[in-house]
Amino acid sequence: MASTASQPVSFLQDKSRGSGIFSWIFSTDHKRIGLLYFWTILTMFGIGVVLGLLMRLELIAPGETIVGAETYNVFFTLHGVIMIFTVVIPSIPAAFGNIFLPIMIGAEDVAFPRLNLLSWWLYIIGIAVIVVSMITGQGPPDTGWTFYVPFSEFTTSNVTVAAIGVFIMGFSSILTGLNFLTTIHRLRMPGMSWTKLPLFVWSLYATAWIQVLATPILGITVALIVLERVIGVGLFDPAKGGDPLMYQHLFWIYSHPAVYIMVLPAMGVVTEIIPTFARKHIFGYKAIAVSSLMIAFAGSLVWAHHMFTSGMSDTAVMIFSFLTFIVAIPSAIKVFNWVATLYKGSIQVEAPLLFALAFIFEFSIGGLTGLVLGSAGTDIHVHDTYFVVGHFHYTIFGGTMMGMFGAMHYWWPKMFGRMYNRGRAFLAWAIIFVGFNALYFPMLIMGLEGMPRRYYDYLPQYQNAQVISTVGSWVLVVGLIIMFYNLFSAMKKGKPAGRNPWGAATLEWTVPSPPPTLNFVGQPVLERGPYDYKGVVVDE
Amino acid sequence: MNDHKDYQGAKLGMWLFLFTEVLLFGGLFVLYAVYLSRYPESFHKAGQDLNPVFGTINTAVLITSSLTMALSISALQKGNVKLSKILIMLTICLALCFLTIKYFEWGAHIHHGIYPNSPDLLKLPKGEIVFYGLYYVMTGLHGVHVLIGIVVLSFLWRFVHTGKVSQNDCVMLENAGLYWHLVDLVWIYLFPLFYLIV
Repeated sequence: MASTASQPVSFLQDKSRGSGIFSWIFSTDHKRIGLLYFWTILTMFGIGVVLGLLMRLELIAPGETIVGAETYNVFFTLHGVIMIFTVVIPSIPAAFGNIFLPIMIGAEDVAFPRLNLLSWWLYIIGIAVIVVSMITGQGPPDTGWTFYVPFSEFTTSNVTVAAIGVFIMGFSSILTGLNFLTTIHRLRMPGMSWTKLPLFVWSLYATAWIQVLATPILGITVALIVLERVIGVGLFDPAKGGDPLMYQHLFWIYSHPAVYIMVLPAMGVVTEIIPTFARKHIFGYKAIAVSSLMIAFAGSLVWAHHMFTSGMSDTAVMIFSFLTFIVAIPSAIKVFNWVATLYKGSIQVEAPLLFALAFIFEFSIGGLTGLVLGSAGTDIHVHDTYFVVGHFHYTIFGGTMMGMFGAMHYWWPKMFGRMYNRGRAFLAWAIIFVGFNALYFPMLIMGLEGMPRRYYDYLPQYQNAQVISTVGSWVLVVGLIIMFYNLFSAMKKGKPAGRNPWGAATLEWTVPSPPPTLNFVGQPVLERGPYDYKGVVVDE
Repeated sequence: MNDHKDYQGAKLGMWLFLFTEVLLFGGLFVLYAVYLSRYPESFHKAGQDLNPVFGTINTAVLITSSLTMALSISALQKGNVKLSKILIMLTICLALCFLTIKYFEWGAHIHHGIYPNSPDLLKLPKGEIVFYGLYYVMTGLHGVHVLIGIVVLSFLWRFVHTGKVSQNDCVMLENAGLYWHLVDLVWIYLFPLFYLIV
């Protein structure tokens, strides 16, 4: 550590605006709000993981093992709702975006700090409403996270309350996006031109546009579900002239772009990590920046590929299939640029890099299996099978969450001013990597062999693969436990970290670790581009 | 933190919010378009039962309220606080007037037994059920927005009164105006869709 005497008070310790829990839950400091999100997301992630473990345990043997069919329906619904709406959608943008976006562009805070606090509160209220839906009424929702009509209109389970919770959380997501867009447009420091923005900021920018433009459609769709159930409007009910297919269209107009809300920020994290540990300027800065926008744009036009078997004209199927393939182009641009950055770099193997590489590996499998699903002919064969489940876990867990873990290991010393045990981080990474693939790869094979998703029972022929998958889930959880233990214990006992332990070039590494309340001591100075490592002083 | 206000930033944020509003209604407009093309005759028949007089008056009321809204902003920008407050109040009155007319219009339909899931409605052909479903949901959601507008404008009246929003710092009133014009604009589309073209 350079000089402790002149260190300003960090945002974690600042008592100038009160102390105790209220100085956190009513704070408008973007870093505190980011941490509030972070802890909430991790808590929800824990719950989601437990539900996932229970499902895997049920599937270890054919027939009823630990729970019956009804409970299993509740498990996969809650696992989906919790993981999608309360974990992966906010994950990186709401936690790490909040903490680092303003610092990376040389700003003191986001454009609307109070709105930012409101977003977190709406998120908490949304979670509370979903929890209420689990414990009141006639049982938790059992529709799957997609709330497909007509079942969601008529099931007696607590869909209405859960839909209201999703609606409220949608609001939170919109406000975060709106805040980030305004922040990026208005609060960049002098000299921080669009081509000098760190690429993580670019990915947040593209994400924020999707949040603002797609989420309202989800809002109106779940609002209509509530209206259908409460006053029986019937806009999706064939008996009243409505069309259930219209529900699927509206739902996926949001929910497909939403997967890019999930994965773009993770791509942004990977783009920060790779050049830092390759000690090399990012290859193809502009291509990566533009590909984020291309993914956001093209990704908004592909929703009906979730509906190839639902009933559509052949023309529509072909157009949506074609557009789906288009999305592979900007995604591949990113992957090639990352690999090109690593090529002939002076690679330094650290935990964040390992998670970034795991991202590339898992996400490539997720992306390529996505092409199998996106092409209409093969989709008919694997639709609604474990192949789909394997595919989206490879993209969302292998993509977003690996990016999130990478972000945690990359920015932990900055956020808490202490370094974790690197050896243990390697070990955790290796176990997670093995467990992850053991858990999800058999699903791809079972899917190709015809194992349908969302069943609590299966034919004996699938048992071997199911058992491997369940054992994989245990290995994965062991890895997660080691990883979190390592990170949490570092908060108190870790070796104090300096300003710039990785020798990175973006602005957040020029401020003390953890950053002071106003982010910068004095005016921030922009000395170099975000990937310009020449002359960067490593400060462990 | 820092008290400096970013005028452009506040405006940008508001416009982004308006995008989300357009898309919120957009989902319903998509449903309208699909169902109109599926049941053109039923839509025509059901549309005959809506009273274009109510609709026309309400359109005039809402457009006038947009005018008073715009004038109240100009008045404040020129420093005439008193006039600005009167015009905000006038806007609120016109909004209430709109809701009252809407209340009688909905009331008449409900009185005739035409409301979502009512036995009389369910006897009608499917296209007409959908038409009324859309009618209630779309004008209802619009009505909610008018109601929110009234609340927002009441607060702004208070802020102008206390000087929190003033000649030098009127972006909040301008943003409220933007919102109000959007509410007006949505109605400009709802009116022909339900009262005229079918």
